[in-house]
Amino acid sequence: MTTQQIQAPFPGVFYRTPSPDEPVYVEEGQAVQAGDVIGLIEVMKQFVELKAEASGTLVSFSADNESVLEAGDVIGTLEVNE
Amino acid sequence: MSIDVIKPGLASSIQDKGREGHYHLGIPPSGGMDQRSLIAANLLLANHEGAAVLECALMGPELRFSEARKVAACGAEMTPRVNGEVRPLNEVFEVPAGATLSFDFVKAGARLYLAIEGGIDVPERLGSRSTYALGSLGGMQGRNLQAGDTLALLPAHGRASVGRRLPSSLVPAFSKQYQLRVVPGLYAHRLTSESQAQFYAEDWTVASEADRIGYRMKGGTRLSFIDREPPFGAGDDPSNIVDACYPIGSIQVPSGSEPIILHRDAVSGGGYAMIGTVISADMDTVGQIQPHQKVRFVQVTLEEALAARARYQEVLEQLRQMA
Repeated sequence: MTTQQIQAPFPGVFYRTPSPDEPVYVEEGQAVQAGDVIGLIEVMKQFVELKAEASGTLVSFSADNESVLEAGDVIGTLEVNE
Repeated sequence: MSIDVIKPGLASSIQDKGREGHYHLGIPPSGGMDQRSLIAANLLLANHEGAAVLECALMGPELRFSEARKVAACGAEMTPRVNGEVRPLNEVFEVPAGATLSFDFVKAGARLYLAIEGGIDVPERLGSRSTYALGSLGGMQGRNLQAGDTLALLPAHGRASVGRRLPSSLVPAFSKQYQLRVVPGLYAHRLTSESQAQFYAEDWTVASEADRIGYRMKGGTRLSFIDREPPFGAGDDPSNIVDACYPIGSIQVPSGSEPIILHRDAVSGGGYAMIGTVISADMDTVGQIQPHQKVRFVQVTLEEALAARARYQEVLEQLRQMA
């Protein structure tokens, strides 16, 4: 089992939900497939989907919903399926 | 020779030095927001200093080169990689035929300028290849790059030399906190004197909406305008004026809450009071500020602004004289 840090590819505001009154894309501990949307990052009037780069389990989020991220900040930890 | 866009980045557009002379008709100058870095990247390659380049905001693109070509990347610190191997910023390197050029996360600054020997070949519109996305004019079909685009290049001139490097004295320094110099006016008198002082005494945070049209600021105290009877033609909001021309760099504060610095894709006029104008010598800096970084406005006189402009022109001259 390898662990992957999910990093912000650019600075912006991180959202775990598609809109304020909807449930989160992914709960901590939930299984994800490569390409699944994990969250949104908002910058320059755009909401960009952040996708899992590999299949596995999203162990934990280190960035809070609506927190401000710099490029490279760790958003969460993914345990990658072998 | 062409370049295939595999991933476009976040907001990558073709820009040159811009189309001057049409703002009075509503067409803004566009062009690279950080002109100095755009010019530096071109001059490193012995290109014409206003050749069309890629301006890449906050995240770099992934590009595949059909043939070998020399390139130079200046501006925001995003480490270039050729087939995954690190290449230097501010220095000419070659991308081999079939190779992929990509970039790491941005470490500092906001916009990287990727110049390619010869320059990007798109049709000139009103004398410029710059993209004005809001007006669907110039660049790649009037818009930012998309995956699947193919960039045509002008012929390589053969004068670019691998390893040619920008002297460290001419490499801009980036920060997370900036001072921007402002000449007050033309409508600063519409603010209360307390608000005029307050505006320059506080840190403002760049909002996430900041883009080529304008840089919106948040986090400061709401500004108060002096009570008045709206003149004929002005809106009812205290921040409204009878429509006037907006200079590039002018700062408007709709309803007094969030100042907006207009940049190179701005609308040319409207009905918001401009409380000051960021001096031309600091406009490149504005284009390199990331959302959520801090800005402090510093009041200067017109004479100080002109002296700063002369110093800025000296730096451009040093770039042109670079060995």
